[in-house]
Formats: sequence, structure tokens, C-alpha cells
Amino acid sequence: MALYSAKVMDHFRNPRNVGVIEDADGVGEVGNAKCGDIMKFYIKVDDDVVTDIKFETFGCGSAIASASMATELIKGQPVEKVLELTNKAVVEALDGLPPHKIHCSVLAEEVIKAALKDYYDRHGIAYDPALFPDDHDCESCEL
Amino acid sequence: MRYIYADNGATTRMSDTAVQAMLPFLQGTYGNPSSLHSVGQAAAEALVKARETVARCLHADPKEITFTSGGSEADNQAILTAAALGKKKGKTHVISTAIEHHAVLHTLKKLEKEGFTVTLLPVEPGTGLVTPEQVAAAITDATCLVSVMLANNEIGTIEPVKEIAALCREKKILTHTDAVQAVGHIPVDVKDLGVDFLALSGHKFHGPKGVGALYTRRGILLQSLIEGGAQERGKRAGTENLPAIAGMAAALEESVKNLDANMAATAKVRDRLIAGLEGIEHGVLNGARENRLPGNVNFCFEGIEGESILLLLDDRGIAASSGSACTSGSLDPSHVLLAIGRPHEIAHGSVRLSIDETVTEDDADYIVEQLSEVVSYLRGMSPVWRDLVNGKSPFITK
Repeated sequence: MALYSAKVMDHFRNPRNVGVIEDADGVGEVGNAKCGDIMKFYIKVDDDVVTDIKFETFGCGSAIASASMATELIKGQPVEKVLELTNKAVVEALDGLPPHKIHCSVLAEEVIKAALKDYYDRHGIAYDPALFPDDHDCESCEL
Repeated sequence: MRYIYADNGATTRMSDTAVQAMLPFLQGTYGNPSSLHSVGQAAAEALVKARETVARCLHADPKEITFTSGGSEADNQAILTAAALGKKKGKTHVISTAIEHHAVLHTLKKLEKEGFTVTLLPVEPGTGLVTPEQVAAAITDATCLVSVMLANNEIGTIEPVKEIAALCREKKILTHTDAVQAVGHIPVDVKDLGVDFLALSGHKFHGPKGVGALYTRRGILLQSLIEGGAQERGKRAGTENLPAIAGMAAALEESVKNLDANMAATAKVRDRLIAGLEGIEHGVLNGARENRLPGNVNFCFEGIEGESILLLLDDRGIAASSGSACTSGSLDPSHVLLAIGRPHEIAHGSVRLSIDETVTEDDADYIVEQLSEVVSYLRGMSPVWRDLVNGKSPFITK
């Protein structure tokens, strides 16, 4: 389908890092079923490096592809670099998304941050709350 | 790999008959039906014949047929005409249903802005049926029009338009029916239905795109939407799209001729699909079981999203559609699925298979097998499904 780039279709058809980490150090979930998109990320962190990551997604092709690409961009990266990951980087790595699908990449950025915040909370690590945006709301999908 | 086109509700492949019927008017008889010379008059004759054919197929009089650019234009023109006629008599109330096509719903929105009051009747949960009793109860002294679709485009439910039209006629209220999904697929007889307006679209029954027709009962003065020349008895300006009109007439004639055989064959495959897909756990059939278009199958599957299903089905050679928000470009899933009581959560996970007579029982088995695999696969990566299975949230479907 010409709706999506070859890279989006590749990540949709062969998503990387699908699954669950039972003893995750951090878990993040954003979106809601009412909107039609939910992403859930599980991360393992060792020495401030994201050593393992798995995801689950309820959503459209670009939601699955965005989540898959995000896990690839994060895996093996130091936490401070992971915090810098933007939805734009996910879009670029996927060779673009249609305008009405950009919100999928926003979810990917938000879910990473949610997982890291959970990691910090669980491990009693202090952080700047400004790093983490408010919970995702449906309105932001329209931007 | 086989390719099964199961999206005939969106559009159909043109029949050979329809293609052949169009060809003479592209180069040979290319004249303008309004011209006096022979090539123009030959075109004018063909236009007369096409109108007679369409009228005959609907049991209408040729004078009652106006060619349009499609079903949407026909719906617009019917509703706006009835509204204008009503307004002259001080009647500004219109009754319709919550599951109409946007060509109807958005036209009604326009009327509301102009001061009309619109009652959208709710439909029966699950089936999407409206009853004549609901219509009767909604009628007021100000009601000028009742518009109820003959068959729903998403869930295939066939509405009791004949009974509704009968009670409206008694009260001298005009009736319109959007029959875009019905014409060529189930028997449609305007006299038997008793409606005042009926809209149809050529490309839904193996005719060309960009052409449709509006039946307007004799005696009703149609209001023009497009000003210009005197084509279509002054009710629709613009040079007639004769190739498309001829193609549509031929396609309709063929569909009506083969209607019984096609309905029987298609319904058999439809029922096989429904029976097979009911084997998938936590799914639900959308629409009526009995009063249903012979080619329509529509299911919601819990815990997954429709666009992903469609992309994976396409990879497996199956073309289908969905009422999910992601496929519509809006935030909300199909208004039809919401109106039949499906919560957002499962409305996103809908699949519509709209088949024609070329889809076989073997194809149906293949679709069931592939769709079952796709549903399981997507559920395997869905956090929503995990929560349902682990009892963290309750299942909506059985």
C-alpha cells in the first residue's frame, strides 16, 4: 500500500522487540482504546543503559511500526540519550509518516518517557518532572 | 497468490457489458446530446435509451429519472428539494436515522444551520434496524421529509422503507431513500416501495464511477443544485456524461437480469463467511442477520485495531475495509458501529467484507482462515488483549 513507506511496512510486517519483560525495570503505557491506539513499553536498565526493551501495541499499522522503530533506536542506548529521543527522530527513521499518522510517533516518544519515569520512580532516582509531559490526551492526536 | 476483492461496498469492478456500453460514446458517438447535428442527435437518442433502461429496472417512468454525478449528489438534491418544498408550507422538520451515509447526514446538518429541526432516529442495538413505529412517533405537524436508507453501507442492514413510506404517504410527508447499496443487489421497485425520492450510484453495481441517478416521483418539482443549461429537464445543468450514463444503464440492466442468481450465490458465500468468522472468539457480527444485503459481512474483533487487520489481509491477497478511526482519518470510529451500540474500544476493531458473485465458497474458507490468523497474531502483541485475557478488564463480547 502506498499509504506508508517501505520502512513503515517492514516494521509493521516484521515488528522488532515485540513482547513483554516480566521483570522489567520500568513499564510505560500511553494512549487509550477509545482513541484506537495504545502503546506499552517494558525496559531493562543496567548501568544507566537500556539493555533490553519490549513493546506491545494496540493500534494501526503506523502505531506498530512507530513502536517497533522506537525500540530499535533505544536498545543499547544510555538513558540520557533515550530521554532525548523525539517523535521527529522516529518519523525520520521510518522515512516519514502520513500527516494524520504523526500522532503515532508522538505516542512512541511519550511511551518511552513514561517507561523511564516509571524506572526512576521504582528505583528512587531523582529527576526533573519537566522532562516528562502530562499524560497523553486525545486532543494531541489532532495536532 | 490469489487476490480476493471483498470491498464491493466501496466500489466494484466494471462489468464487460458496462465497459462495452461506454465505448461507442467515447469516440464514435461523441456528440453533445444538446446539439442539432446527427452525431449530437445520436447521442441524444442514446441518452433517451439509457434513461428508459434505468427507469425500467426501477419500475419507474423515464421522466422520473435524473442523472447525477453519483449517489451523494442524488441524496443532496432529494433532501434539499424536499426541504425547500416543506419550507414553503412552513414545515421545517426532517426525520432520518443515525446510521445514514454522510451524504445524507451532512446535508441534514446543512439544513439545521438553515433553521430546520432534524430528528435522527436511534437504531436497534446490534442489528441497526429502525421501525415504522419509531418513525410514526417522531412525526410532527412540521415534518416535511423522512429519509431512511434502503440498505446500510457498513453493516448491510435492510430497513423497512416500504412500511415507512406507506405511513408517511398517509400523512402527506415526502420520503427519500438512499438506495446506493441496494440497487443492483436486492429487488428495488420504486412503485412497490412507495417512496418519493430514491438515490443510486453506478459504480456500486459494476458500472462506472462518477455517475448516479435520482428517482423523483412524478409531480414533484426537483430543485436544481447546479445552474446552467437546460439538461435533465432543467434540473441538473452540465453536459451529460453520456459514456458513464450508458455504462451505468448497461450495468444496472445486467445486475437486475441476474439478480436472483447473484443474490442466491452471494448470500450462500456470505453465510459461510459469517458462520466461519463466528468461530473466532470474542468477535461479534454487526448488523441484522435476516434483513441483510446478500454480499455484506461485518464483524468487530475485540482487542485489536482495524487498519492493522486490513494491511495484513492485503498482504494475504484479501481486500477489505474497516470502520476504525485510523482508516477514516478522524478520531472516532464509524458512526454506524457506535449507533448500533458498539463501544469505541471494539468499534476500532471492525472488518467489513463486501463480496460479489465472483467470490466463491472456497474463497470464503480462505478468508476465514487468514482472518483468524491475523486476529490471533495482532492479539498476541496487543496490551488490550493481554488485559482482557488476564481479567484486568472485562470482555465486551462473548
